[in-house]
Amino acid sequence: MNPLVTPDFGLIIWTTLTFFILLFLLGKFAWKPIMGAVKTREDNIEKALSSAKEAEQRMQQLTAQNEQILKEAREERDYILKEARTAKDTIVGDAKNQAKKEATKIMEEAKKSIEVEKQRAITELKNQVAALSIEISEKILGHELADKNKQQALMDTLVEDVNLN
Amino acid sequence: MTTLKRILLITALLTGILTNTYAGHSEGKFNASEFTLHHIGDSHEWHLWGEGEEASHIPLPVILVDGGLQMFSSDAFTQAHTVEVNGKPVEYLTTEDGKYAIVHDKIYAAEFGALNFDAEGHPSNNKPFDLSITKNVASMLLSATILLLLFIGAAKAYKKRGVDSAPKGLQSFMEPLVLFVKDEIAIPNIGEKKYMKFMPYLLTVFFFIWINNLMGLIPFFPFGANLSGNIAFTMTLAVCTLIITLAVSKKDYWKHIFMPPVPIALYPIMIPIELIGVISKPFSLMIRLFANITAGHIVILSFMCIIFMQKNVAWAGMSVPMALFISVLELLVAALQAFIFTMLSALFIGQAMEEHHEEAHH
Repeated sequence: MNPLVTPDFGLIIWTTLTFFILLFLLGKFAWKPIMGAVKTREDNIEKALSSAKEAEQRMQQLTAQNEQILKEAREERDYILKEARTAKDTIVGDAKNQAKKEATKIMEEAKKSIEVEKQRAITELKNQVAALSIEISEKILGHELADKNKQQALMDTLVEDVNLN
Repeated sequence: MTTLKRILLITALLTGILTNTYAGHSEGKFNASEFTLHHIGDSHEWHLWGEGEEASHIPLPVILVDGGLQMFSSDAFTQAHTVEVNGKPVEYLTTEDGKYAIVHDKIYAAEFGALNFDAEGHPSNNKPFDLSITKNVASMLLSATILLLLFIGAAKAYKKRGVDSAPKGLQSFMEPLVLFVKDEIAIPNIGEKKYMKFMPYLLTVFFFIWINNLMGLIPFFPFGANLSGNIAFTMTLAVCTLIITLAVSKKDYWKHIFMPPVPIALYPIMIPIELIGVISKPFSLMIRLFANITAGHIVILSFMCIIFMQKNVAWAGMSVPMALFISVLELLVAALQAFIFTMLSALFIGQAMEEHHEEAHH
């Protein structure tokens, strides 16, 4: 057989021995620490990346929250302004109504007191007129009754009036 | 003159010098295939330069299991012998005591320095179990040491600099590679939940193959061994993948093999096919890596051989740029094959663990 393709047993044994010793030594002193270090580094990078992403998300959340708060504040301001405007309108309206009512009331009271004064004045005037009339009548009667004829005439007139009634 | 041109010129000159050296000492026809096969094969010594008697090499330890452990240097093969087998001379070396002989880099138990050859020209002597630290084994131990230094060094940086600081220096070069295996190979094929358990295997296989592919491309000592293009090496790794695949396989994996969703009448055909499929997947892993890396080495060496076959330095003008081009291509292949081996291993593991809920896709 061609020596090229005839495996030599001595070399097989040496190769096996060398390979397994190499596998053991490299495995223990090289591959384990290297792979371990690479793995740790990969984990660290992954952790850093994920925490960065988390931070970004939190940041976004915060921004969104800020926006929300701002929006709410703006809305509240608008609401308060609107409320104030309404309140002002109401207050002004109420005041106007109140004033109108008050004015009407005052007018009415004035009218009433005027009426009362007027009545009193009328009554007084009536009394005065009555007193004056009585005085005049007394004077006239006093004058008339002094004369007998005239007294008769008056009596007749009065009787006539009574008859007529 | 650009840097690239300068490099090409120096390479060409250097090649020329080497060619002349070689041409001066060799007689007879240059055998390119023998030369190439010798260079991509394993060796009991680490060849540096020179040929034949004047070759410089580093001896490597020979370890044999032959009634106890026999250990000696590969320098111990000193006694040269030549015998005539089927009309062709066969050269071999024996140890001083004549107990062991080496022929074409295979060690045999010799009888007082003598070897018997069969009709086909192969030695018929016993072959003791060879556990030598060959060039490939030595190269593998070196690659393992480099990997340990690189990655344990990188791992220490995490402890020192802390987990959250950016990677620096060696650490910054290694981390993307580790992450590549994790994110492009393990997770897509095995799944987010279960991949962690297989990461040590996948990472080790990926870097072990890659560094050996790269070391094989450097032609100088202490590199240049064709380890990842050796079938024993790729077979061992492929078998590891097979064992893991079988160990983690779920009920659905076996159900698919023994009760495929086809008419019962087809079972005698389907079951053997599915069973072959279990083996053919790791088999393809073994062949793919072996063939790709060996082919690359053969192509580069073949370009170099042209110079020697033509016995003319001028051929370096073509061979060197071509070999350079292939070398650059091989740099890509080195990474690509490591990736494919690891990717397919992860895929097979992932498939074995998959739990089908519907039988719609097959």
